[in-house]
Amino acid sequence: MASITEFNPSTPKKDLLIMAVFTAVVLTAPIWLAPIGASYPDLLQRFAIFGIFAIGFNILFGLTGYLSFGHAAFLGIGSYSAVWMFKLFSMNALLAMAFGIFVAALFALVIGFICLRRSGIYFAILTLAFAQMAYNMAYSVLTPITNGETALTLDVADPRIIDRAILGDAKEALPSPSLFGLELTGFTSFYFCAVMLILAFWVSLKIFRSPFGLKLLAMKSNQNRMQYTGYNTKPYLLVAFVISGMYAGLAGSLMAVTDPLAGAERMQWTASGEVVLMTILGGAGTLFGPLFGAAIIKYFENIFSALNKTQLTEVFGFLPDGMAEALASVSLLFVGEGWHLTLGIMFMLVVIFLPGGLMEGIYRLTARVKRKRESGGAVSGGAVQPSE
Amino acid sequence: MSDIVLDVSDVNKRFGGLQALSNINLQIEAGKTHAVIGPNGAGKSTLLNVCIGRLAPDTGSVIFDGHVLTGKRPHQINQLGVARVFQTPEIFLDLTLVQNVEIAALAKRDGAFHFRPFKSMFKDKELTGEAEHMLEDVGLLRLKDEHTGNLSRGDKRRLELAMCLIQHPRLLLLDEPTAGMSRHDTNRTIDLLKRIKERGMTKVIIEHDMHVVFSLADWITVLAQGAIIAEGTPDQIRGNPKVQEAYLGGAHV
Ligand SMILES: Nc1ncnc2c1ncn2[C@@H]1O[C@H](COP(=O)(O)OP(=O)(O)OP(=O)(O)O)[C@@H](O)[C@H]1O
Ligand SMILES: [Mg+2]
Repeated sequence: MASITEFNPSTPKKDLLIMAVFTAVVLTAPIWLAPIGASYPDLLQRFAIFGIFAIGFNILFGLTGYLSFGHAAFLGIGSYSAVWMFKLFSMNALLAMAFGIFVAALFALVIGFICLRRSGIYFAILTLAFAQMAYNMAYSVLTPITNGETALTLDVADPRIIDRAILGDAKEALPSPSLFGLELTGFTSFYFCAVMLILAFWVSLKIFRSPFGLKLLAMKSNQNRMQYTGYNTKPYLLVAFVISGMYAGLAGSLMAVTDPLAGAERMQWTASGEVVLMTILGGAGTLFGPLFGAAIIKYFENIFSALNKTQLTEVFGFLPDGMAEALASVSLLFVGEGWHLTLGIMFMLVVIFLPGGLMEGIYRLTARVKRKRESGGAVSGGAVQPSE
Repeated sequence: MSDIVLDVSDVNKRFGGLQALSNINLQIEAGKTHAVIGPNGAGKSTLLNVCIGRLAPDTGSVIFDGHVLTGKRPHQINQLGVARVFQTPEIFLDLTLVQNVEIAALAKRDGAFHFRPFKSMFKDKELTGEAEHMLEDVGLLRLKDEHTGNLSRGDKRRLELAMCLIQHPRLLLLDEPTAGMSRHDTNRTIDLLKRIKERGMTKVIIEHDMHVVFSLADWITVLAQGAIIAEGTPDQIRGNPKVQEAYLGGAHV
């Protein structure tokens, strides 16, 4: 299978267009997502945050092929760091994010250094072990930092040194994260996340187009050849690992910005697995795939898991009574608590029929359309190469 | 002697009960093409593996241009100026031909590690130009934007050769560079290798095809069962009865 994770040659002009369209699409999301009931800030910002998480994960997994099963640890680390920044220094979202990214980078450096001594399944197991360790420690020895099961939250009495020095000691109510006075709640908070998503995407695009990105892809293809060609492969892998850890740290701190609270469940292995699913579902190694994957999974999680029996019976209301009832109970398996079943089936279908993810589906479709158009015109000499 | 580029001395390598290399001594002069021949399983590839750091010898040392290679890592050896074409082509599948060559060129230009994530590949016209020129040299230019997975074995090998040549190595190690090629392509490769010779690149070439060996080699070493059984100029080797015997006693060829 020739994958579509190819390093697409692209012109700066084309990339500018990609960025322009992407920016427009993200900023207008509240409008065009309204028809499918996804245009409330809470869900929108989750799209953005998990989009960032997946884009970063893709830089490691999509480009180098190293599958980390512990990236949620960096998500959690980012959240805890951001909340601590809020508590100790300032409610400024930028400071919290910077700190979250920084701490996640430090951890990624150490964890990556150790885990990258192995590759393949052993690498995956090592990262998983680290994440589980972080998760369990958050509930046990680290409770002074993480506040254990109660989760780390803000308190009116928090020091907030910088804020108090600037604004004085007046505030009685619990403050919320802000951007130089602008309170980040509701749609403001979504737009803040959206801007971060656009920036994160831009960086990823740059990496994809750089010699650095090309080298990472080459490493995924043949690490031996890379070494005999003169590359010290370890630092490349470590840098990719740290970058993706920083993306996770950013996503984690944005979670804290949108809801200033950090709990360890964010670091559980299911969360690490989720970002793997997102990336593979959308298309590992592609620019947009991980974003699609993240949006689809978060959408299903929110919409499908909220459906209940009465709603389903209504949906099937046009059918005769008994039948509506029966259909509703069958489909009940797939929604509400059972939405994971839907997700699982979808994932299996994609992996079996579109190993390159949804992006491969899109790629195949456009190739087919192109071929059709060509065969209508001149005789097609250099046929568009299909992805398999 | 200062014009010895590669000095292999007393190298032994054992795999379990098999003595793959026994007491190998080789001196390779600058600018020369040195052929290593011998029946299948003689230890030719193993010898190259020891040179480029894929295998560590049990005893002995390999010195390249004053640097001890034994104990160095593969990328360090490459950065010193040693490139290799493998017996089974090692290229980057999933990438295009021109990208394969560009990666090799970047290793030479930017070194073992270079991190500039905001630099655009697209703006590097010089790099692409150089890579395309190299592909033209090995006769693969028309396939430059193809994915390497679709190449024939001979073409893969020519691509690998291009990847090595673009690095302008001081020492080029070729493990059966023409295997799987048509006669026509073999002759083209011979021409190409002759041209490089004019530029003064030192080469070690392992080959079963005697036509290739006798058209290129200045000096020939014959290996059999891990030991050197003969050395000499092509004319000396041609007439050597021990060599005849090793080949007839060995496998086909
Ligand atoms: N990594 C290894 N581990 C164990 N045995 C090996 C290894 N590499 C080579 N051998 C053995 O060492 C012997 C020499 O192998 P080598 O590949 O050097 O032969 P060769 O001269 O290159 O043969 P050919 O012409 O078939 O390529 C063979 O018997 C081979 O099976
Ligand atoms: Mg061999």
